[in-house]
Amino acid sequence: MTEPQLRCSHLFKRFGTTTVVDDLSFDLQAGECLGVIGPNGAGKTTTFRMCLGLTTADSGSINVFGMPMPQETLAIKARLGVVSQFDTLDPDFSCSENLMVYGRYFGMASADIRQRIPALLSFAALTHKADAKPSELSGGMKRRLSLARALINDPQVLLLDEPTTGLDPQARHLMWERLQQLLQQGKSILLTTHFMDEAERLCDRLLVLDHGKKIAEGKPRDLINQHLEPDVVEVFGGDPKVIAACVAGNYAKRVEVSGDTVFFYSDTAAPLLKALGDIPGLRTLHRPANLEDLFLKLTGRQIREDG
Amino acid sequence: MMQLRFWPVFLRNFLVWRKLFIPSLIANIAEPLMWLVAFGYGLGALVGGVQQGDEKVPYILFLASGSVCMSAMNAATFEALYSAFSRMHVQKTWDGIMNAPVRLDDVLLAEMLWAAFKAIFTATAILIVMLVLDISHSWKLLIAWPILLGVGITFSCLALIFNALAKGYDFFTYYFTLFLTPMMFLSGVFFPLDTLPEMVKWVAWCLPLTHAVALVRPLFMDQWPDQALLHLGVLALYASVAWWTALHLTRKRFKQ
Repeated sequence: MTEPQLRCSHLFKRFGTTTVVDDLSFDLQAGECLGVIGPNGAGKTTTFRMCLGLTTADSGSINVFGMPMPQETLAIKARLGVVSQFDTLDPDFSCSENLMVYGRYFGMASADIRQRIPALLSFAALTHKADAKPSELSGGMKRRLSLARALINDPQVLLLDEPTTGLDPQARHLMWERLQQLLQQGKSILLTTHFMDEAERLCDRLLVLDHGKKIAEGKPRDLINQHLEPDVVEVFGGDPKVIAACVAGNYAKRVEVSGDTVFFYSDTAAPLLKALGDIPGLRTLHRPANLEDLFLKLTGRQIREDG
Repeated sequence: MMQLRFWPVFLRNFLVWRKLFIPSLIANIAEPLMWLVAFGYGLGALVGGVQQGDEKVPYILFLASGSVCMSAMNAATFEALYSAFSRMHVQKTWDGIMNAPVRLDDVLLAEMLWAAFKAIFTATAILIVMLVLDISHSWKLLIAWPILLGVGITFSCLALIFNALAKGYDFFTYYFTLFLTPMMFLSGVFFPLDTLPEMVKWVAWCLPLTHAVALVRPLFMDQWPDQALLHLGVLALYASVAWWTALHLTRKRFKQ
């Protein structure tokens, strides 16, 4: 097996008395997309910041390209591309000027940066906006400009913190397409997301975090098969407790009640659907188990304090 | 090459400023000039001259030499407070920069030097106007120039301490009201310090602006300052202590 691009080993981070990252270890292999999912406050952003040397771990080690973080921060960052959760574009500069100014932070010569700008703008589908300022761009355009900016140094590894939060479906699909192109070029991506469809679509492997701990790791499909029954039936329109009680035991392996909805998890939905059909006034939705079910099973349905 | 990591950050600020050059020029220069004209000529007509050692000098010359120091102070302070805070906290420009191979220390150094540059730019423009108005034409003004750069550095370091501590723009009101405004009146910019009570005089000599004025004023009058090394030493001490404090507090702010 080849050396991983990024390796985190037994990371711990405490703020006061709360442990935000709790014995976390993972690898990012060359050419793979690793997704980090978890509820708000799970430690995703802190892990991210540690990987960037912006905050130091209390214990444990981080190696990027075989170099230790934070000792080799500058050498590592020269080969990284970062898109943070909130855009940090320069509002006073146009799109091309944003790229120009950012390239200089990498010590690149102006002529070299200027040469790269047209291709990057075209990759971000922003060629027609080269002279526009960020305030004239839509949310999706701003995110793509942030991505283009992160590519100015032709990095091998990309760290993306919630790259599509707040975007409309069109803009998200365009972003996914671009990220897939980058993966095809052989780049590695570490990304955090709240969107399970995004995680399922883009990520080769997933890391599920909760309360700073790794609670699951693996390929999206494998995780679903491993933790969940294949069929889900959602039922609403009656007294959820009554429905759950009268049908459950015989037809479903697991039953969850959330608000007015009952979730049945079963290996075969047909007998369950038949039994439910005898109760009048119910509405049912039959679908295969997905990543969202997995996420909710592992991290619970309750709203987090800061969510 | 990598020792100059602050340079692209400095250049970034310069490029933004170049876009806003005209309004910025007016803000930085028109106001000090109004002070100079209103007080220098207006009040100067009432006051006549000011006794400086054995010599009586025109009030406008007395005021001009002090107010150029004050303008350098104000330019550096505004830049290192409001503008730096916008970049650090509001626009998150610093966060973006630090995702590239640039350290927080480099960013802070760039901000410090940038605010000092704004100070020397303002001071230079005022010096040129003074030459044109023939308020002073001593060749020693050339020596005042690097001193004014030092004044800019001192006050930008001081302001960066408050930048590191600020939660919002309102916080800077304390700095202006409790520190800068009293200093403006106590540092011999508008009137000589000899007229002040002993106790107040003692306070005045603890303030950095007093030492800046003590260095620059004689040069305007084609003389050499007394105890130049002492005054330079005080400014250097203020600058270095303020720089390390600002650096420490800024690092602490970004630790979280």
